[in-house]
Amino acid sequence: MRLQPRAAWQDFPEWPLVAGRSLLEKVWDLHVVRDEPGEPTLLYIDLHLVHEVTSPQAFEGLRLAGRRVRRPDLTVATMDHNVPTLPGPVTDPMAKAQLDALRANCEEFGVELHGTGSGREGIVHVIGPELGLTQPGKTIVCGDSHTSTHGAFGALAFGIGTSEVEHVLATQTLNQQRPKAMLLEFQGDLPPGLTAKDMILGAIGQVGVAGGVGYVVEYAGEAIRALSMEQRMTIFNMTIEWGARAGLIAPDETTFSYLEDRPHAPQGEDWLRAVAEWRQLASDPGSTYDTHVVVDVTELAPQVTWGTNPGMVVPVTSSVPDPKSFTDSDDRDAAERALTYMGLRAGQPIEEITVDRVFIGSCTNSRIEDLRAAAEIVRGGTVDPRVTALVVPGSAQVRRQAESEGLDQVFLDAGFEWRLAGCSMCLGMNPDVLAPGERCASTSNRNFEGRQGRGGRTHLVSPQMAAAAALHGHFVDVRALAAEPVAAS
Amino acid sequence: MKAISEVSARVAVLDRPDVDTDQIIPKQFLKRIERTGYGQYAFFDWRFDEDGNERPGFELNQPQFAGARILLAGRNFGCGSSREHAAWALQDAGFDVVIAPSFGDIFRSNAAKVGIVIVQLPEDQVKELMESVDLDRGSDLTVDLEALTVSTPEGKVFPFAFDASARYRLLNGLDDIDLTLTHEAEITAYETARATR
Repeated sequence: MRLQPRAAWQDFPEWPLVAGRSLLEKVWDLHVVRDEPGEPTLLYIDLHLVHEVTSPQAFEGLRLAGRRVRRPDLTVATMDHNVPTLPGPVTDPMAKAQLDALRANCEEFGVELHGTGSGREGIVHVIGPELGLTQPGKTIVCGDSHTSTHGAFGALAFGIGTSEVEHVLATQTLNQQRPKAMLLEFQGDLPPGLTAKDMILGAIGQVGVAGGVGYVVEYAGEAIRALSMEQRMTIFNMTIEWGARAGLIAPDETTFSYLEDRPHAPQGEDWLRAVAEWRQLASDPGSTYDTHVVVDVTELAPQVTWGTNPGMVVPVTSSVPDPKSFTDSDDRDAAERALTYMGLRAGQPIEEITVDRVFIGSCTNSRIEDLRAAAEIVRGGTVDPRVTALVVPGSAQVRRQAESEGLDQVFLDAGFEWRLAGCSMCLGMNPDVLAPGERCASTSNRNFEGRQGRGGRTHLVSPQMAAAAALHGHFVDVRALAAEPVAAS
Repeated sequence: MKAISEVSARVAVLDRPDVDTDQIIPKQFLKRIERTGYGQYAFFDWRFDEDGNERPGFELNQPQFAGARILLAGRNFGCGSSREHAAWALQDAGFDVVIAPSFGDIFRSNAAKVGIVIVQLPEDQVKELMESVDLDRGSDLTVDLEALTVSTPEGKVFPFAFDASARYRLLNGLDDIDLTLTHEAEITAYETARATR
């Protein structure tokens, strides 16, 4: 891999690196197949992740047109969105038809499938990194908006719709307009007891749910550098929640040590060569951005959403805002609708909000470090009798790892349910749904109306905050639970 | 994809910000493996109560908006999930055009792929258009993709910007994959160059 602009690299193989290029420009330029004035760039895609919900119509399109999958070797499928998390057959006939269709399509078109029971199945954004498929400098797409997760590795990764899924299957390319670039800097050190989830929820609260529309955002700052890969993935996962289709960060030692020896990571000399190339994937001094945002993390407290989008968020120490406090009339109306939907009143202290359900899982917070952090809070405690609490590991591999550490027993002893891997109650396409009016502390990424079940009320929080809410039956400030700082996740 | 150049039709108003694709097409309808037939499920949880009765208070249930082909919406329309089912549902429900101050990036792209014209206008102009709509009897707008204008029946004209290549594809009803495959040789050359680097 030579990190040079396409035109130059094609015509003058020995042309040196151009100074002042950003990480986005470097990854972008490396993947340009065709760039004509007045037309979108034809961008090459290195990895296409596929799941059952957004792919059947794309495969059908190929079939109707008599096309093949151009690069089955760059295409990987899994089953995650509507798989049941209790053992046994899929009882929902529509879910079963969709899962069967994926299996048949993968067989017909020669695509590798990590299906249920394979031992490698799981949420697409958990297994990509876990298998080492996700690597710095790659272009990665998937018919799922949370594909932004993979940007944590310095890959240009974004969600696409089904027409684009078909386009990538058929051509291994996408037509893309060059996005605007934003730099978001997390300034300061994250206080003890705070997590990556609080960083990103706090950031969304500051910039708003549309703040990143039209941008690819490069994250920077010591607070994010200090995070593990799994914690970074939480931040990148929710990048789409403030409108940015993709995020990027320069890969570093944390990235390389996470990837080393993963099944699909380069091995031996290839590994050394890859790391040397990946080290060049940082923005050069003098790189320019269209926008620069600073988020101060030193004043953050654990975050809890109160409304129906992730930007409707406040610290656990505060209370439900008064819609009248919003200056913009659209925001005011939206806040009023949100309070009605959520069954909350202005001024209600967050810590007094009781919950019926707790969900620990989703592509945001279902990795081993998330489960460890939640288990630390849960250990020795008991789930409040009014609460039903669910832990859904992000992948079969995470589940095995957690069980080998005894985390399953910690959760089960406290009264949690311990489930099989999948997207589960993040979007409730499988049987794990909220009943109308039920209130849930959830580690997922979206608190949209009806997201976890029609009429269900979702509060987004970190794994630690969700675990604490399960034990207490209402939101509590995890920082007050122990003298020792809670392990960050 | 069918070609589209001018839409002169009834307009519906959904004056809410941040309408996410979970609302446009709720998840319970994503298990279908077909590409058609989603219109009946558009805005399902907003349109119907839990007993399946129409909610009279929901904007798009208003009789003056019946038969609308143009949707006037609030900022950040179509944020959230990448589900193209949202674009399929809108189109199947009759909408050929959505006008808003801004759009979710993935929705915008999906809508373009299926042939919905996405018109972005400054927020004050969208508000002005919304205010121009007769909320008792309903009214029409004309969206001209050749001229790149939105016009009211009173003759007020709002020009808008539109990506030239996307416009060309819409006007001619061209299939994206067919177009890309005309560059097959360049894709192969790229792959060869990358493989031998």
